[in-house]
Amino acid sequence: MINFSYVRTTDVSEAVREIALDPSARFIAGGTNIIDLMKENVARPTRLIDITRLPLNRIEDTPDGGLRLGALCTNADTAYDDQVQRRYPLLSKAILAGASAQLRNMATNGGNLLQRTRCYYFYDTGTPCNKREPGSGCPAISGLNRLHAVLGASEHCIAVHPSDMCVALAALQAIVRVQGPQGERAIPYAEFQRLPGDTPQIDNNLGREEIITAIDLPAQGYPDHYAYLKVRDRTSYAFALVSVAAALEMDGDTIRDARIALGGVAHKPWRDNDAEALLIGQAATDQNFRCVADAYMRGARGYAHNTFKIELAKLAIVRALVQAVRMERNGDKQLHRTTTEPR
Amino acid sequence: MNEPAPRALTTLASKTAITLTLNGSDTQLEVEPWTTLLDLLRERLDMTGTKKGCDHGQCGACTVLVNGKRVLSCLTLAIMQDGAAITTIEGLCTGDTLHAMQQAFIEHDALQCGYCTPGQICSAVALIAEGKARTRDDIRELMSGNLCRCGAYPNIIAAIEQVMQRAEQQSR
Repeated sequence: MINFSYVRTTDVSEAVREIALDPSARFIAGGTNIIDLMKENVARPTRLIDITRLPLNRIEDTPDGGLRLGALCTNADTAYDDQVQRRYPLLSKAILAGASAQLRNMATNGGNLLQRTRCYYFYDTGTPCNKREPGSGCPAISGLNRLHAVLGASEHCIAVHPSDMCVALAALQAIVRVQGPQGERAIPYAEFQRLPGDTPQIDNNLGREEIITAIDLPAQGYPDHYAYLKVRDRTSYAFALVSVAAALEMDGDTIRDARIALGGVAHKPWRDNDAEALLIGQAATDQNFRCVADAYMRGARGYAHNTFKIELAKLAIVRALVQAVRMERNGDKQLHRTTTEPR
Repeated sequence: MNEPAPRALTTLASKTAITLTLNGSDTQLEVEPWTTLLDLLRERLDMTGTKKGCDHGQCGACTVLVNGKRVLSCLTLAIMQDGAAITTIEGLCTGDTLHAMQQAFIEHDALQCGYCTPGQICSAVALIAEGKARTRDDIRELMSGNLCRCGAYPNIIAAIEQVMQRAEQQSR
């Protein structure tokens, strides 16, 4: 870890001024990703701006019936919050499917969105990487790519975003609230993270001088029919090979509204509005679910070690939808406990 | 509003004074910004009970309690914990009396080499305090951030389950 200077701020505007002053400064909150990246020499900030004491750690109702999650709330406090568990159980389950208890106690909501990919080549400064050093190349495309993207990748980068929380946020159509030198703005979740294209070094559309202040959840949280299904190499404390956040609004056996977001398959949580729309007004049958799953993975491209993800994702979509439907039919809300673990 | 904006606490010098309540004792220290809590404990304060395993937040050997919550000291900058209460494995016993979790680990033979044990015990103490675990599966899931290369997991789970059940009995 290179040496750096340290500043602690207690005011959001001051934090924004501080980041604008120094192009090599970075914010630090939970630190669980940036300190690791600094130890690996992937991140080399000369100044860290400690934002942990900013007043952004509350969870409160929004005027339109939604819920505002402070950017500095920890992942653990968010997942175990009464309102989140009751109104947005999909988000709670997704958060608890990620990392470990210790990391969830440290990591913040804002930081979860901004965490970098865990691509081996991005982390290994002895290898090229277009995300770390633009123009140097992508060894993953012809190398070890078992964990990599099958959707939305480019010839420059096939990394995936590693978050579980973000997959649920994408499905719930959260709004990311940010503040910068020009004031505040709200970014719809679908426009927050980016596909790699020819600028894989840019993960998202947050400006360098902007700070995330909160994440707003809309009023509809799909508490009656949801599932977060995470498939991974071990039962706990591993990144997803494929994950599915599924949320349904049902009218008897008919689907009135459907949300599906995939993790582990792309540079951002993957949603396909056209494919989702195939479910609207349809009966909740395995056949219809398979149809949507096929549509979701249209255009998927596998590489030497990850082609299995395409069929795996289809099966995971079907299973997650089945689980989302069944929870009410069985009158057993606890059924969702099994949705976090592949068995 | 003509008052000047509050001045940020800025570190330009290489060391900054901080105060930690370390296992109950207020401790004044001067730390460099890049010193992790783990390195501060082990290298500066000779408190080597907390272990450095991977140093990348993957193994849990460095788990300590900050303001009662379990965190990874290898991914924690000491300077950011100014004013915090830190509890390490050295601070769990009361005089010569071991913490119930330490005693349970001995009774259940919940270790072989012992390197992961301080982190396991700190993590387990926090798990009980969090009150989210009800079953053995819950314990397994909520202890997944602590790896044991010797594979003593069945005995670790048994030790934690015993402490959990006794805590539940006492609270009835």
